[in-house]
Amino acid sequence: MIRFETVSKRYDTGYEALARVDFEVEAGEMLFLTGHSGAGKSTLMKLILLMEQPSNGNVFVDGHHLARLPKGQLPYFRRNIGVVFQNHQLLFDRTVYDNVALPLQVAGYPHQEIGKRVRAALDKVDLLDKERSNPMTLSGGEQQRVGIARAVVNKPTLLLADEPTGNLDPELSNEIMTLFRQFNEVGTTVMIATHDIELLKRMNKRVLGLVQGKLVHDGVLW
Amino acid sequence: MKSNRPSKPERRPNRMGASMNTRNERPRREAPRAEPVRPQGAVQSQMSWRDKFDAWSAHHSNSAIESLLRMLETPVQSLMTWLVIAIAIALPAALFVVFNNVQQIGQSWQDSSQISVFLKKDATASQAQDLRVRWAQRPDVAQATYVSPEQALEEFKLGSGLGELANHLDENPLPAVILIKPKIGGNTPDALTSLQQALVADPLVADVRLDMLWVKRLHQFITVAERFVVALAGLLALGVLLVIGNTIRMAIEARREEIVVVKLVGATDAYVRRPFLYTGLWYGVGGGILAAILLAVMFWWLSAPVAQLADLYQSSFRLQGLGFIESLQLILIAGLTGLLGAWIAVARHLYLIQPR
Repeated sequence: MIRFETVSKRYDTGYEALARVDFEVEAGEMLFLTGHSGAGKSTLMKLILLMEQPSNGNVFVDGHHLARLPKGQLPYFRRNIGVVFQNHQLLFDRTVYDNVALPLQVAGYPHQEIGKRVRAALDKVDLLDKERSNPMTLSGGEQQRVGIARAVVNKPTLLLADEPTGNLDPELSNEIMTLFRQFNEVGTTVMIATHDIELLKRMNKRVLGLVQGKLVHDGVLW
Repeated sequence: MKSNRPSKPERRPNRMGASMNTRNERPRREAPRAEPVRPQGAVQSQMSWRDKFDAWSAHHSNSAIESLLRMLETPVQSLMTWLVIAIAIALPAALFVVFNNVQQIGQSWQDSSQISVFLKKDATASQAQDLRVRWAQRPDVAQATYVSPEQALEEFKLGSGLGELANHLDENPLPAVILIKPKIGGNTPDALTSLQQALVADPLVADVRLDMLWVKRLHQFITVAERFVVALAGLLALGVLLVIGNTIRMAIEARREEIVVVKLVGATDAYVRRPFLYTGLWYGVGGGILAAILLAVMFWWLSAPVAQLADLYQSSFRLQGLGFIESLQLILIAGLTGLLGAWIAVARHLYLIQPR
């Protein structure tokens, strides 16, 4: 599903965010990405989403060699990837329903289909009763769940989450992890960036550890 | 991922659907308890061209309506923008209309331009009548009138107020005159000059008077005015482009966050661009409608005094405002200018906003 071949990323400022990173993720896997802030977690995710281009090396996602992806194909490529952000990136000028519906509207689904899928996604994150609310009125955990519903509503093959439990207490973050695990169980490839070591130990999944842009660990923590 | 991927868990449902009008119409029925993520789910049919077209046209009408509603949410601000555009459009349009009217006056003045042909003293009345009939048959002459020396003296007495003086004259000093009214078709300065030359060639003719300079000046004035209006219209159109471009730029900045999110969830550039293009179109159309109203009010306000003025000159001239079709054309041009301004702004600013 994801393959990095000696990928380096050096920003224009000279800062090297990633240095010769190699790894491969099978379809249907669930894995974590860890490291201190500034270790390159976000850069790695941005490379997968093609928000950034690698300075060196090749990135393959879902069978696409990203450096060779035609510019016009980028939107269609991104429709296959669900993203959950630490800061939710919800739009506060519209309802929860409309936020979750956004990826489907963008892809041009018929509105009956949109209604069905949005409610299914909201039901999954247990927010069906909040569909008419403004996301601003929701708690942090609820906002994060809206973000997750938006990420999965398009049934992506790959789900990326950048610090999805960043500001949440352990109980809420467990809930969210359970959701991710459920998505993974039905076949979605899930990649979660986090610096929460306790969480990694509890989940007992494959972990990619980054230190100053270098991949220093690949495997289950014990 | 391996170079040879062993199994793709899902054939992506690659279906683009129809309408996206989720705000107004949502199915009220109970949400199915289906798993939102079900990669092994049924393979959905490929999107048809019809579905694609439906989705595309639905987004067009959605963008059109929403961008208009968005403008009406800030009525004062939008009205100010509309007014700026309206004034910038109304100014050259007003000049254009005034200039059209002047041309009309010019034509009617030229129409009344007469050539006075003074005959030699020894020309008899019957010779003069023959000449008049001959000239009246010329294709470039509309009318030829013979004025005998006696008639001319009478007119002089009545018109000049110097009748007493004329009575003291021993003999009539005035020559016979044939007044020629040129045909409208041959009314350009060149045609008039050739007519003049033909008339002066006759042996009976002493002199031909035609204020050619005046006609030439009017023509030249019209040419200058024409260019001035075109140049002014060009400058003001540029102004409208800049105003709309800047307004759209601010609209893009205000919705930066939203643009980032929709790009991340896979919106195409056309999808992101569409609402802003409609915003530009609405600014242009709104400005055009206001301009048409401004012009209508202005010409209505001017028409009464202009009519009175024309009456004082015994002219039936009436101010012609902008007609219905011309108003529509004005609005159309304004709309296209707005669209163009938005396109420029979008091309310049939208690609700069990328998810970071």
